[in-house]
Amino acid sequence: MKNDGFDQFKGSSDYVTSEPLRNAVNVSIALGRPLLIRGEPGTGKTLLAHSIARGLEKKLSIWNIKSTTKAQEGLYVYDTVQRLNDSRFGDREVSDIKHYIKLGKLGQAFASPEQVVLLIDEVDKADIEFPNDLLNELDEMSFYIPETDETITAIHRPIAVITSNAEKELPDAFLRRCIFHYIEFPVPELMEEIVRVHFPDIKNNLLREAMKTFYSLREIDEFRKKPSTSELIDWLRALIAGGIPHENIAKEVPFIGTLLKKETDYDYFLSNYMARKGDTFGIRRR
Amino acid sequence: MFTDFFYTLRERKVPVSFTEWMTLMEALAKGYITNLDEFYFLARAILVKSEAYYDHYDIAFQEYFNGVETPAEISEQMLDWLKDPLNRMTLTEEEQALFDNMDFDDLLKELEKRLQEQNGQHDGGSYWIGRGGTSPFGHSGYHPAGIRIGGESRGRHAIQIAQERRFRNYRNDLTLDVRQIKMALKGLRQLSRIGPEDELDLEETIEATAKNAGEIELMWRQSRKNAVKVLLLMDVGGSMEPFALLCSQLFSAAHSSNHFKDFQYYYFHNCIYDNLYQDIERQEAISTDHLLCTLEPDYKVLLVGDAKMSPYELMEKYGAINYYERNEIPGIVWLKQIAEHFTHRVWLSPENSCYWIHPTVQMIGKLFPMFPLTLDGLGQAVRKLVVKK
Repeated sequence: MKNDGFDQFKGSSDYVTSEPLRNAVNVSIALGRPLLIRGEPGTGKTLLAHSIARGLEKKLSIWNIKSTTKAQEGLYVYDTVQRLNDSRFGDREVSDIKHYIKLGKLGQAFASPEQVVLLIDEVDKADIEFPNDLLNELDEMSFYIPETDETITAIHRPIAVITSNAEKELPDAFLRRCIFHYIEFPVPELMEEIVRVHFPDIKNNLLREAMKTFYSLREIDEFRKKPSTSELIDWLRALIAGGIPHENIAKEVPFIGTLLKKETDYDYFLSNYMARKGDTFGIRRR
Repeated sequence: MFTDFFYTLRERKVPVSFTEWMTLMEALAKGYITNLDEFYFLARAILVKSEAYYDHYDIAFQEYFNGVETPAEISEQMLDWLKDPLNRMTLTEEEQALFDNMDFDDLLKELEKRLQEQNGQHDGGSYWIGRGGTSPFGHSGYHPAGIRIGGESRGRHAIQIAQERRFRNYRNDLTLDVRQIKMALKGLRQLSRIGPEDELDLEETIEATAKNAGEIELMWRQSRKNAVKVLLLMDVGGSMEPFALLCSQLFSAAHSSNHFKDFQYYYFHNCIYDNLYQDIERQEAISTDHLLCTLEPDYKVLLVGDAKMSPYELMEKYGAINYYERNEIPGIVWLKQIAEHFTHRVWLSPENSCYWIHPTVQMIGKLFPMFPLTLDGLGQAVRKLVVKK
């Protein structure tokens, strides 16, 4: 891929990316289009934005979306109550509405004198109309504030990263404007690289045993929530902190609670895969 | 270049739009691609918006680029050389005819061959790879079946083809999908003030402040929330089998719409009798009487079914198609009770309205306003459901 003076994202020291993902990021930066990231929970969708910000040494602005979030809130909020309240005491200049226009995350990213990385996290949580309401703003990178008769135009197009868990269908018009990447679950080789970023001095045999157990757990289709990267990291941290000898990992699967977060999965695992106390079989291999 | 790839993708049912294709062209024009691998991932990132279509994309990619292995150097050299389009040149008729019947594979083989022979930039002329000219390789040239490398597309043929095909493919956009159904269902709302008082009532505040001689008095009120409760009753199995996909789309749209105050759904087969069922297999029964007693009349009722059955299934005691149901009360009486209990009700039929001339459809149509399960029909039904009575 040619550089051409464009920001070249190469990953950062604490976040391992695959090449297709790096390319997707670079293309989205170069074309100035939002990057839509989907993937299993725990595969590092949100962390990607952090990594881009660190890798390119830019400020990160995070807009967390909730079910009640309105598109307008990302642009600006006109704080009428504050203004009304201030007018009572007369200690602030109430005639200037500008003091009471508070820019939202998107507005701040536009107004920022330097380019920022804007993370719009879990866009699918919001109302079904939400993405459509932002279409124009993300396209033109500007919006109008009627109260002050001002147009906020992006000084630098922010690098927009949007994550989604794909629980709801996003509108086609919205999708058409995005660059899309699906983060696949890492293959063991990549996973090893990821783990080593977090634990540079991990012992080889501990890692090997833990990975073997982890990937065989992932093969159990009956789980409602399969353990993912972030769970593996937590588990390894617990294993290291607990000083568990590597030969016990497959047999006992200690700290299973860090891997399986749903009670039904936990029960299922205990009753189907773990041998009773005193037994030596441990987890069944497939 | 690659225009056929766009159509290969669409043939493989990858929902690629023109906008996305133009984005890809923009990326290509900026020279981000140096080899086929990068093209694969870049094109996928821009064109495919759901992992569900990755597989379709792969198939299309294989189909189009079958056996093509472009050495990385080719396009790198090309893109360097071929930045700016030259003026167009004209071809004689003989030349047109000469080049018309070359196919893609031949062209590629020839490209590799000539690339080995060629060792410098070349514009014009009819053999070497370069700008202008009539060689089948390069860009801005006038070779009708040529492979474009870099530059912008100016081919008249390509534009015509694109226009012809775009209209044909537009029809895909008209099919009902979950999102469209959800949008239609959004019309099902009646806002009323419920919940905590968390919204500033501006008018009341002004009023109160004025009364208070200018001392500010903030007045709050409850925010408006949707108070609509929905009951969905679906006919499953038998004659409804062909419409299973459509019905499941309606169901998932209604089920995932989070703006209803309450959403309940039950299944039946052909007609409603003593029991409704909580699962499609019709194992978990709940008595229709119980529903009529517990659900308030202000539930909006959507019945989905083809309403087609033998007249005795509707009219007779013990008429149920399932012999063991042994219904003491004919189906039509049950339906009438439902129709009388709920003030707002519609019947959605997945069949086109021209097939509604059928005795049981006519009878049920008298109890429930009937609409076809299309986008329009659903829209009309929703309007019927929110009408004030």
